[in-house]
Amino acid sequence: MWFTAALKSVYAKPVVHLLCLVPFSALLWAAFNDGLGANPVEKLTHETGDWTLRLLLITLSISPLRQWTGQAAFVRFRRILGLYTFFYGCCHFSIWFIADHSLDLAAMIEDIVERPYITLGFSALMLMLPLAITSNQAMIRRLGKKWKTLHQLVYLIISLGILHFVWLVKADYLEPTIYAIIALILLAHRVGPIKRFSVKSFLVAR
Amino acid sequence: MIKIKKRWEIPESEVTPESLYLRRREFMKAAGTIGGALLLNPWAAAQASLEIGDYKQKAISLDEEITDEEDATSYNNFYEFGTGKEDPKKHSKHFKTDDWQIKVSGECAKPGTYGLEELVRPFPIEERIYRLRCVEAWSMVIPWLGIPLGSILNSFEPTSKAKYVAFKTLHDPVRMPGQQRSVLNWPYREGLTIAEAMHPLTILSVGMYGKTMPNQNGAPIRLVVPWKYGFKSIKSIVGIEFSEVQPLTSWNMAAPGEYGFYSNVNPEVNHPRWSQKKERRIGEIFKRETLMFNGYGEEVAELYDDLDLTVNF
Repeated sequence: MWFTAALKSVYAKPVVHLLCLVPFSALLWAAFNDGLGANPVEKLTHETGDWTLRLLLITLSISPLRQWTGQAAFVRFRRILGLYTFFYGCCHFSIWFIADHSLDLAAMIEDIVERPYITLGFSALMLMLPLAITSNQAMIRRLGKKWKTLHQLVYLIISLGILHFVWLVKADYLEPTIYAIIALILLAHRVGPIKRFSVKSFLVAR
Repeated sequence: MIKIKKRWEIPESEVTPESLYLRRREFMKAAGTIGGALLLNPWAAAQASLEIGDYKQKAISLDEEITDEEDATSYNNFYEFGTGKEDPKKHSKHFKTDDWQIKVSGECAKPGTYGLEELVRPFPIEERIYRLRCVEAWSMVIPWLGIPLGSILNSFEPTSKAKYVAFKTLHDPVRMPGQQRSVLNWPYREGLTIAEAMHPLTILSVGMYGKTMPNQNGAPIRLVVPWKYGFKSIKSIVGIEFSEVQPLTSWNMAAPGEYGFYSNVNPEVNHPRWSQKKERRIGEIFKRETLMFNGYGEEVAELYDDLDLTVNF
């Protein structure tokens, strides 16, 4: 099947890399071409935050996609997606640390301690760190069964990330609600009966 | 009567240069030629977005750089036209403010419905360059064109029972598409104590940057209270009510623990979810210290002598 072939192709991974870098490049281009509006810092902070959440949701959809479509090859992209999630998270954090706190460590820590939504966001980023470090083949082999347990932290990370978003909104909860619904569907898949759902068997049954 | 010269007053010689008077002539001539319907009606002409030629320049000024006009008119919080910062400009393009009327009610001798022109025309328009500090920790410096609110309010002869003034924004989900979603409890409501409303710094603004008020900034008439967070400066006003009791205000109704009735700019009282110590001036990268009462403490601090500002935030 052409789709399986595409997923397994040698070009598939480079394409995913390029796709993951599209938002970053677009922001960079906008930054140098006066395209970020009246408050460029806020724009960059929001955009990199949005992309961290989006990529995390895409990373989390790999397992369900594999099961629903029966295409095991989807798993090839999970590490890349996870690492780009971390990359956008780091950009998000850096912009905030540099522009909001002028690299003042004490002020940053005060903000992390005193503002619950920042506490949540910062925790989520910190929890991503061990996952990024242990994402290579050598670590997977070395950690064995513990690796899977460790990487289940991703469920906590997505929950913290979404709460971080909800908590900073003033009145319009539409966007964080959409993220939350998608996350719930992806998480429900891991525990509920949809886990056993597959497109193929669904079509065959008819 | 002893007249104390306020620190923002400037010598008469700096008021309205001759070139502007000349422009005023051209303006009146233009108004005359536009057509019979607009005859001697500078407001109607102004709505065809002609420049407001005749105003007292820099009646109150600031020694700070004025925010880029493009920024001030494309980065707005005006939920009636959407919750995104760029939404108001996009979604208010076709907003019509012709025949704008304002209903004045409550504790005053002259309640009634007044046309915008009728309300504003008796008073000279002044340019006031003020800081604007949003509760979201960003700020701008804007050259408003307006009239002291007190002058207009006095013309309605408020009674001794008028302890507060309540304001209301137009409620029309067809013209203001943001109102089709109940993000806030429409119409938008704001209020001031009578002392705050009568304070000489408080204005009703009908323009900015030498022009009539852009739709996205609260056309055709909005409040500007420079020592309070921006959301107190209600836009597109259609109702003014003198009241004996403290009126309901929109953000306070939405989140009473976060937005108080007073909402004075105060770096010492943080928003429950974020710090108010610093702000980002639009056009700058790094944040600067936020000033008590947004830098207008000398003029307004006495209004709050008997008030605990931590409780009455």
